[in-house]
Order: sequence, then C-alpha cells, then structure tokens
Amino acid sequence: MKREAVVTGIGVVAPGAIGATAFWDLLTAGRTATRHVTLFDATTFRSRIAAEVDFDPAEHGLDEEQAARMDRYVQFAAVAAAEALADSAPPLAEVPPWRVGVSMGTAVGGTTRLERDYVEMSQEGADWVVDRSAASPHLYRALTPSVLSGEIAELVGARGPVRTVSTGCTSGLDAVGYAAQAIEDDLADVVVTGAAESPISPIAMACFDAIKATSDSNDDPARASRPFDRDRNGFVMGEGAAVLVLEEASIARRRGARIRCRVAGFANHGNAFHMTGLRREGEEMARAVTTALDRARRSATDVDYVNAHGSGTVQNDRHETDAVKRSLGEHARRVPVSSIKSMVGHSLGAIGSIELAACVLAMDTGVVPPTANLSAPDPECDLDYVPVTAREHRTDVALSVGSGFGGFQSAVVLDRGE
Amino acid sequence: MTVVITGLGTVSPAGVGTDGYWDAVSEGRSLIAPIPDFDTDGFHVRLCGKVPGFDPHQHIEGRYVVQTDAFSWFAMVAADEALRDSGLDTGTDPYATGVLICSCAGGVEFGQHEIAALWSGGPDHVGPYQSIAWFYAASTGQISIRNGLKGMCGVLVTDEPGMLDALGQSEGALRRGTSAMLVGGSEAPLGSPFSLACQAGADVLSAGDDPSSAYLPFTERASGYVPAEGAAVAVAEDAATARARGARIRAVVAGHASTFGGVGAFDPGGAGLLHAARGAMDRAGIGPDDVDVVFADAVGTPKADADEAAMLRELFPGGVPVTAPKAGFGRAYAGAGALDVAAAVLSLEHQVIPPTPQVSDAPCGLDLVVRVPRVAPLRTALVLSRGLGGGNSAVVLRHPDHA
Repeated sequence: MKREAVVTGIGVVAPGAIGATAFWDLLTAGRTATRHVTLFDATTFRSRIAAEVDFDPAEHGLDEEQAARMDRYVQFAAVAAAEALADSAPPLAEVPPWRVGVSMGTAVGGTTRLERDYVEMSQEGADWVVDRSAASPHLYRALTPSVLSGEIAELVGARGPVRTVSTGCTSGLDAVGYAAQAIEDDLADVVVTGAAESPISPIAMACFDAIKATSDSNDDPARASRPFDRDRNGFVMGEGAAVLVLEEASIARRRGARIRCRVAGFANHGNAFHMTGLRREGEEMARAVTTALDRARRSATDVDYVNAHGSGTVQNDRHETDAVKRSLGEHARRVPVSSIKSMVGHSLGAIGSIELAACVLAMDTGVVPPTANLSAPDPECDLDYVPVTAREHRTDVALSVGSGFGGFQSAVVLDRGE
Repeated sequence: MTVVITGLGTVSPAGVGTDGYWDAVSEGRSLIAPIPDFDTDGFHVRLCGKVPGFDPHQHIEGRYVVQTDAFSWFAMVAADEALRDSGLDTGTDPYATGVLICSCAGGVEFGQHEIAALWSGGPDHVGPYQSIAWFYAASTGQISIRNGLKGMCGVLVTDEPGMLDALGQSEGALRRGTSAMLVGGSEAPLGSPFSLACQAGADVLSAGDDPSSAYLPFTERASGYVPAEGAAVAVAEDAATARARGARIRAVVAGHASTFGGVGAFDPGGAGLLHAARGAMDRAGIGPDDVDVVFADAVGTPKADADEAAMLRELFPGGVPVTAPKAGFGRAYAGAGALDVAAAVLSLEHQVIPPTPQVSDAPCGLDLVVRVPRVAPLRTALVLSRGLGGGNSAVVLRHPDHA
C-alpha cells in the first residue's frame, strides 16, 4: 500500500489576519493588507511599503522568555503551529516521537535580529570588528535558521527528522513537499510543516531596492501589489507564517480525523539560468508542474485552481503565465489562476506555505480568492486571474507554483485523494 | 535503490582537493592556526581552521566570484572536483542532475559588508548582489546555473549534519527519477567578526591559544571546539545507473537516519544520536559487529563528548575504533559533516583509519584512534553528526566491494 500524506490541520499568521478564519475572510473579501512600513523608519528607502502583521506575542500565548528567545519569524511560526495543532489534534500520544518530524521553510531566517544586534555591536555599521559585549544573549540563535524547525519540534514534541528548508522564495512549497515525501518514504508518520519569514527590516528591504524588484508605489500602498496588471511595478514585501499538519493517510482515517486534502504531488527544479532572471518560456516551472501532476497521478485537465506565484514583477508574471500555458495546455485558459500576493504581499520563504493554506481553504469552501488590484491586465498575461472579486468555484485539485532567486521553480498539487 | 558516491570534492584547511585533504587527515596533521584577519580579543576565540591561500579567481570565473560569498566559492570549487571525479555527463539531459548544498550561516561575510554599507551610507549604498549572495540558497543556485543542472535543487539547514541529511534526501530524489545528485555542505564563517560574535554566543568555542591543545575532544582538557571553514561535495547516484555508465563507485551510502535532540544543547543524554545511529544501521541491514570505524561528531565540550562516548559504548558493547579527524582542523559547521563523510569515503578506500590529531589518549572508555593512522580491513564506516539547532544524523558508508 502506497503511503500518502494528508493535511489534517492548518494555522496562519498573515498580514492583516491572524488565524485561518480571519485570513480567509481577508482573502475572500479581496481586502489588501499592504501599507506604509511601520516596523522601521523607511523614509530613505525606494520602496517604503509592505504587508505587515500586527502582532503581539503575549496576546497569542507566547510568554516573555519565548518572546525574547524567538526571533519574530519564529514567533509567527509558533503561533501558526499552535493553531494547526489545535485544528488537527494529531495523535501524538499514539505515534512515537521518533516518527514525528518537522519541515519548516524560510528564506532569510533571523535577518531582523542579526541586523538589529549588528547595528548595536558595530556603532551603526562604523566598526568592522564588532563589540561582542553589545550582543543580545540569543544572537547565536539568529545566525542559523535551523532554530526555526527546532523551536517547532520542541513545541510539538517531535524527535524524528527535523529540518529547515531554505530555497529562497520557494522554501514554503519545498518544505511541505519534502514533508509529504518524508511520510511517503516511511521516514515519519506525522510531520508538522510550513514556513515563516519576517523580512521587513532595513537590510532586506534595501537589497530588493538595489535591484528594483519591489514596488515603489509609495503613494498608494493599498493598491501597490498588482500581479498581472499592466501597471504593476514590482512586489510588495510581506511577512507571516503558515503551518500544516501532515499525517500518513491511514493513521488519519483510522482516528477519524478531518482530512482536509492530500499532498498529492510535488516537484522542484533549478532553471540553471540566472540567480534573479527568468527565461520567458517558463520551461522549468512547466516541467515542475508536469512532474508534480504525474506524481499525483493527475492530468492537466484535472486542475481546478492554480494558486499563482504572481509576485507582480513584469518578468515573473509573463514567465509564469507561459509556464502555466505550457504545462496545462488549452486547459490553462479555462482554469482560474489567482495571486494572493496582491493582498498579503510577498513574504519570501513563507509565502509558499501561506498559499498552500489558501488552497486548502479554497478546497474547503468552494471559493477561490481573487487577484486584487487587477483592473487592466497586461496584454501578455491572458489567463483568467479572478480579478478583484472572489469566486464560487469548486476545487478538487489545486496547483500551487512558486519561483525564487537562485532559479528555483516548484509546484505542489493538493487533491481530495483517490 | 542503492545510493552510491561516484565523485568527491573538498576544500578544507588542507587546501583545495581531496588528495591534499587525505594526506593531512591520514597523517593527523594539525592545521589549526590563529584567526588571521582581525583581532579577536573580545570574542574569546583565537584559533581557527582556515583554508590556506584560497584565491577564488584561480578556480572560478570572475562574474561568479563578484556576486558570491566565500561559502559559495568553496561549494563551487568542491562541486567542480566532485563532478570531474565522477565523470558524469551532465550535458545530455540538464534535468537528470540535481543540487543540494547545505549551509548554516550563508554568506555572512558578504552580508556584514552590505549591512555596514547600509548603516553607514544609506540604502543606495547596498550593492545589487546582496539579495543573492547572503541567503542560504546561494550555493545551490550558483552551482545549478554554472553547471547547467536543472534537476531537483534544494537546500537544507540542519547545521553540521547537513551533508548527511542531503545524502538521505538524495535517496528520495533518485527514487523519484533524478539520475544524480550533487550534495554537500559548505561554510565560510571565519572572515566576519560579526559571524564569530554570533558563534561565540553559544559558549561552545575554544578560547585556547595553543593550536596543539585548543580542541581536544574526548579528553579531560576538552574546552570547546575551534571553528573552521570548508566544504565537501559528493556526486550521489543509484548504483545501477552508476554501474551502467561504468562509473567508479567510491562508496555505498547504505543507510541514513536523523532525529531531533533539542535546541541549543547537542542532544543531551545522547538518546537522539543513538536512535539515529540505530536507524541508519537498520536501514543498512547491519549490526554493531559490522561497523569497522566510527567518525565521531566530537564537539569538544565535556558534556557533549561524554554523551557521545556513552552512546557509543551502549551501541558497541564490544568496542569499535572511533576517530575524529576534525580535531586537526576544527569544526566547519555545515562543512563539518561533509568533510567527515569525505574522510570516511577516503578511509574506506585506503583501508586506513586516520587518527584524532592532538589527542594522545582518550580516558572515556572508547577505542579512539590516536597519534598514528591505523591500518585495518575496513568495510563499513558510521559517520555521526550533531547540530546546535538540535539535529542528530548518522550515515552508514560501505566499501563498494563489501556492500
């Protein structure tokens, strides 16, 4: 009997919405959470807008010690994990801890704390040899994002395979894909998986300023993230986390768990082209889609909904549109394709998992979220992007795609099982 | 599905290349030296294992050098050697070969320069390569691009065990249709004072200033480890694929397992590492009597060493030769497990157990190989690794004639 991974719980910390219910309300209302940056003074920056999470760790059950120890992105993950565990109630008492794993994605990890401490230790960048005595006691935990999966493992009581996945902006898809494979390959029975990011810090914003990848629509932040629109001008930085509880299907069935969907197929490829550039044709992303569908034993025409990478850069939107056409053929013109980055921004490594949570909710509710701010499509982008307004639409098979710096191209297929 | 290693490359404190690495390791040479680039008085660490005289321009095209940190240079150079060594044809089908290079600290020296530029000059002083040099995925991405490899491309951050976990992950990738995986670990955490300050915060670095006594794992004088830099990359393939193309099989990856032991403490009690070792041996279908040598994690703190020694005594009641070549050059984070895997492959090939440098005796009830290399019939090696983030991993490597 082939082992399969099913989703039995989700948790979300997103800009403008903490908790899966609030998140889904925001998306289906087509509301945008993009605004002027408040987390630091961005006056001198080219892009001064972001999708921020209004987050008080104490309000979400983290004590003072946890709040001090965990970097902001880890706090997001801990809160999302707690929600996902409550939603799923996985049978942790029956599954040996050695068979419980964690697979969490992040692109830039503890950047925010690293930078904050660095500024203190270097007299605002003046001293190359920093003053170690000015470091916070938890600094060593910021250098290496293995701490993200470690903290979630502590929370869950996992003692099996615990890993952080860091493939840039596809981390959130890859982490979940690897988690499902760990279950398929009999390395674990339960895997808590997802991704987290808190990159709204000067250095992370500045590095995207430097290559003009982010939007500078500073006068109109609510409408700045405009995937597939003629007037788009880059992505809007976001932050957040999403966590999914995956279980081996027979265990979930036996305990009568509410099975939300199956993680049916996953594939990832490098484009072997450029660290930030994309070839228009989208061949590698298309290949990831085709392979993920093959692994799910689904055909292109089975896909009911495509959750797009849809970052809102010209090159991404065209690359991705071509990749979807290349992989789904004529069916690409019939299937709804939407980008929630229009509402919650682009939270780098986290967004892939947040988008998978959106796919789960779309399957649950029979509604697909819209692409907000899409009023005049780019003529080169000619698919059905569900502009502005959410749509009632039954989804049995959802496809989520992602693309990231480093050339990473990933695809995950969710379905209701066979 | 049997995963085999058909190519190997290293950049280590012994220099570029596996030949020099094996010479130094098998002789038990000490490669530990003062941290050369800046005054580390405030960091309570004075010594390191640095790659000597490394000039990236000797090995890598300028356009790649300028947009990457040293951790990616080491990875690219080790990958070049591994690919050459494997004789793999990567040109026919770009999707046939994937890449998975692990790192703990990413391009931290590059990052420190850019953060300094930002805070002293403003956002427009940050260069265009910060977005692609600092993040943990930089090495996998650049190796994919530089070598035209479009197979499964990934990055794990599991600290020192990274390479061991990458070998485990490669089995899943090969089973799903990738023909070959370029897997490794790479780290360059020494050139940035800020990086050293981060490492020093965990209170596990040796403060010693005598290269002969600063890193003495499994001894009563153990007082932390010496940080190091370096990389190792291997080409992993399915045995059948490798044989069909007439490749030289350097070692069989017979089993892998990983467990979690808690954040910030190197698996207190050793139960996690023990479980990982047993898991890897079970998957390899072997028992304790089949293991001819253990490459120990050897953190070099009294507690972590005692836990590992106790776990080894429990797993091998009849004893087993144990070694820790890294005592001669330090602990290179994601490069550490990778360089241990490389040492184990070379050890099986040469039928020689390299000694644990600097250490003259081991009062911890282990058969620690010290002072001189030990010639022995070696069929099976067990490699162990732990990370401060909580990961414990074990890999069983077997000589291809005895797998």
